Amino acid sequence: MLDAKIPAGTLDDKWTEYKGHCKLVNPANKRKLEIIIVGTGLAGASAAASLGELGYKVKAFCFQDSPRRAHSIAAQGGINAAKNYQNDGDSVFRLFYDTIKGGDYRSRESNVHRLSEVSASIIDQCVAQGVPFAREYGGLLSNRSFGGTQVQRTFYAAGQTGQQLLIGAYQALERQVALGNVKMYSRHEMLEIVKIDGKAQGIIARDLVSGKLERHFGHAVLLCSGGYGNVFYLSTNAMGSNVTAAWKAHKQGATFANPCFTQIHPTCIPVSGDHQSKLTLMSESLRNDGRIWVPKKQGDTRKASDIPEEERDYYLERRYPAFGNLVPRDVASRAAKERCDEGYGVGSSKQAVYLDFAAAIIRYGKIEVGKEGNDHATQEEIIQLGKDVVKEKYGNLFDMYEKITGENPYEIPMRIYPAVHYTMGGLWVDYELQTNVPGLYSLGEANFSDHGANRLGASALMQGLADGYFVIPYTIGNYLADEIYNKAVETDHPAFGSAEKEVSDRINRLMGIKGKQSVESFHKRLGKIMWEKCGMARNAQGLQEAIAEIQALKKEFWSDVRIPGNIAEMNPELDKANRVADFIELGELMCKDALNRNESCGGHFREEYQTPDGEALRDDKDYMYVAAWEYAGDSNWNLHKEPLNYEVIKPTQRNYK
Amino acid sequence: MEHYTMNLNLKVWRQQNAAAKGGFKLYRVENISSEMSFLEMFDVLNEQLIHDGEDPITFDHDCREGICGSCSMYIDGKPHGPWQANTTCQLHMRAFKDGDTIVVEPWRADSFPVIKDLMVDRTAFDRIIQAGGYISVNTGNAVDGNSLPIPKDDADASFAAAMCIGCGACVAACKNSSAMLFVSAKVAHLALLPQGEPERRSRVLNMVAQMDKEGFGACTNTGACEATCPKEISLSNIARLNQEYTLASLTAK
Repeated sequence: MLDAKIPAGTLDDKWTEYKGHCKLVNPANKRKLEIIIVGTGLAGASAAASLGELGYKVKAFCFQDSPRRAHSIAAQGGINAAKNYQNDGDSVFRLFYDTIKGGDYRSRESNVHRLSEVSASIIDQCVAQGVPFAREYGGLLSNRSFGGTQVQRTFYAAGQTGQQLLIGAYQALERQVALGNVKMYSRHEMLEIVKIDGKAQGIIARDLVSGKLERHFGHAVLLCSGGYGNVFYLSTNAMGSNVTAAWKAHKQGATFANPCFTQIHPTCIPVSGDHQSKLTLMSESLRNDGRIWVPKKQGDTRKASDIPEEERDYYLERRYPAFGNLVPRDVASRAAKERCDEGYGVGSSKQAVYLDFAAAIIRYGKIEVGKEGNDHATQEEIIQLGKDVVKEKYGNLFDMYEKITGENPYEIPMRIYPAVHYTMGGLWVDYELQTNVPGLYSLGEANFSDHGANRLGASALMQGLADGYFVIPYTIGNYLADEIYNKAVETDHPAFGSAEKEVSDRINRLMGIKGKQSVESFHKRLGKIMWEKCGMARNAQGLQEAIAEIQALKKEFWSDVRIPGNIAEMNPELDKANRVADFIELGELMCKDALNRNESCGGHFREEYQTPDGEALRDDKDYMYVAAWEYAGDSNWNLHKEPLNYEVIKPTQRNYK
Repeated sequence: MEHYTMNLNLKVWRQQNAAAKGGFKLYRVENISSEMSFLEMFDVLNEQLIHDGEDPITFDHDCREGICGSCSMYIDGKPHGPWQANTTCQLHMRAFKDGDTIVVEPWRADSFPVIKDLMVDRTAFDRIIQAGGYISVNTGNAVDGNSLPIPKDDADASFAAAMCIGCGACVAACKNSSAMLFVSAKVAHLALLPQGEPERRSRVLNMVAQMDKEGFGACTNTGACEATCPKEISLSNIARLNQEYTLASLTAK
């Protein structure tokens, strides 16, 4: 059933060969072909702009009030590219290798290699668009390092790289809107895929302001709708981030791959109370200069400043001397959980560790006084100069931390704890980014393709833009070349009618429940089940319990949810109910997938499968495959396996020691 | 940090839709923790309203970390509330004390019509960007990123302008409902880079024309925009815009 359509040839040549031989669509025909794009983050906006430039007729949809607000905007640290500007040994192969290894050998070699190949062009494209990347005094682009790598290949714009890249893509998109090539539908939510003759040929969207359902035809539909981390309720995702578009596609036949692969980011601001609505990330780039530690004594209640150096346990430096504080995210997160579970956590909740900049401040301060030739600087002068350097590098992150916690991280160490951040799983796609439903594509975080079981830092921005700028413009032509014979289908076609009825029936059913409990309360309960039983560590018993609990929650939701207001108006509670209903179903599938995968790999840690020193223990013999789940009715899925063949890299146990 | 709880009175603007007449309504919330964000306090109020069978308050919000630019509440007479360089979502309840009455309104500007309650329509900003807020370069045409060195000071100044999150607080703060700070930030971001040079003149003329067409008011250099901007976009960008505009007008063909 699943054909990944990986081109023949050696790994280095696959993409070049593909581009040389894929079908093309001539400009006159492009004008007749319509493409629907759902989501306008990095993947969606870059795809919409690029396809509009090529001459296709594009319709782009986002639920926010403007495409510029998509959650890509919140990415802080940077974007990787194999430019080797630093002359430190980087290459396409190194980036490819690091990404495969970082993903714990659960991603496709061909896709990841292509990602590495196009990475350098992304930087060039963004610079040409006017993205103000950080620069050195000589005017050239600056780089920094990120977790899971030993080279400096990360390009950045202070702590706002995602914002600047998204604004670049957004401006390119708006330019195409002005030129009439793209029509933008903001405050619209996709609620169904319309299939005709087995192919995706349109969507049903809801205008969130009027509540009206709309029918839109497309020769192809691209889902660029992001990840599903909000299934955990508390995550670093935006409040509106949801799985609904991908889930509708899944229920229309698109398989969902590796749903249990979720990334728990190690450096987030800890939860402060049960009122909390979301969690805030502190960029991984902070681990370049911050040292992570807990007290050596269990249950130590002293203030950080009162704990002397020799009574601090820099546990990442201790356990992983080669990578230290820069181990990949999954490793860093588990290590923090391990310390807190053992009773070494800090802060009032004891669910936090310190991220300390004192050493970096002094190190930078000494460099600064050295530059000035000041051999008699006082400690205060050194610290002040060091703080200035740290402020220049991370000022906005420090400010954000202080706003949220009320504590000054220049003076006392940050408290951090892991939080749900990214989902590696997603819609299954082939080499061309097409799902198993013809004409239906998925780009960016919404697909499963490039990050295996764990994503490396600064690689999400890279993948989103690679998919949108440099992959889909080629691969979609290969499909649409055969669609030029098919005229646009009128939206009075019965398939549109029945899809719209499906959506309106569901909305009516939701509104008709008139129960007692709010949507938010159900979402919170789902999140709690997922975090406790399908979070950083999982075991068979917990997962089985979670499945039963989620099924019960689903019943309760559909019989007791209360949605105020009406259908034909702006009604955020109704929008949220639609999304939470889908999250509940997804949660069950995630637990099923986690239960099926009897191994630990990357972000998926099954307690039953670990090495004696607590590292993830893979089972390559039985689980070196992509688990693609086909929807088969209520609480029922069929598993399809796409075997992963490693032709170039030899999988080994990941070692960051 | 000492934490405390508080009881508050809220005076919130309610408006069913763009056509309806709006008005203030009074609400009371209790046991609000000083650790909550302002929007989390609204979440508590909305849960309360849903429980009581009333319509919850509609407001824009998304990332809740001060970067997406969605949130837009006019709190006690100031866009985004009392803190400097801050968005509504990052405002925390320790800014208030027990017994306070807080007045919350939507952005007030003709060019930002109310959709419902505290939610307004800011698509005028998108249309201003469409008028020229970009560099015309198709995907795939780019030369190597390091082939054109850009002085660090220029790159930094460009970045400082590009930090604008498009929230519209500048317009809401301005007695003339002027969008000059928003427009000038985009003009400055692109004018400071060599890549922006070819379209430098047409860009500023077209963006300003669109700004006027959208009905935003004129700038009288009051500076309320800069004072309220969550990203501290500098008023000097407006000076740059005026300079760019004058030059472009004088040399227009």
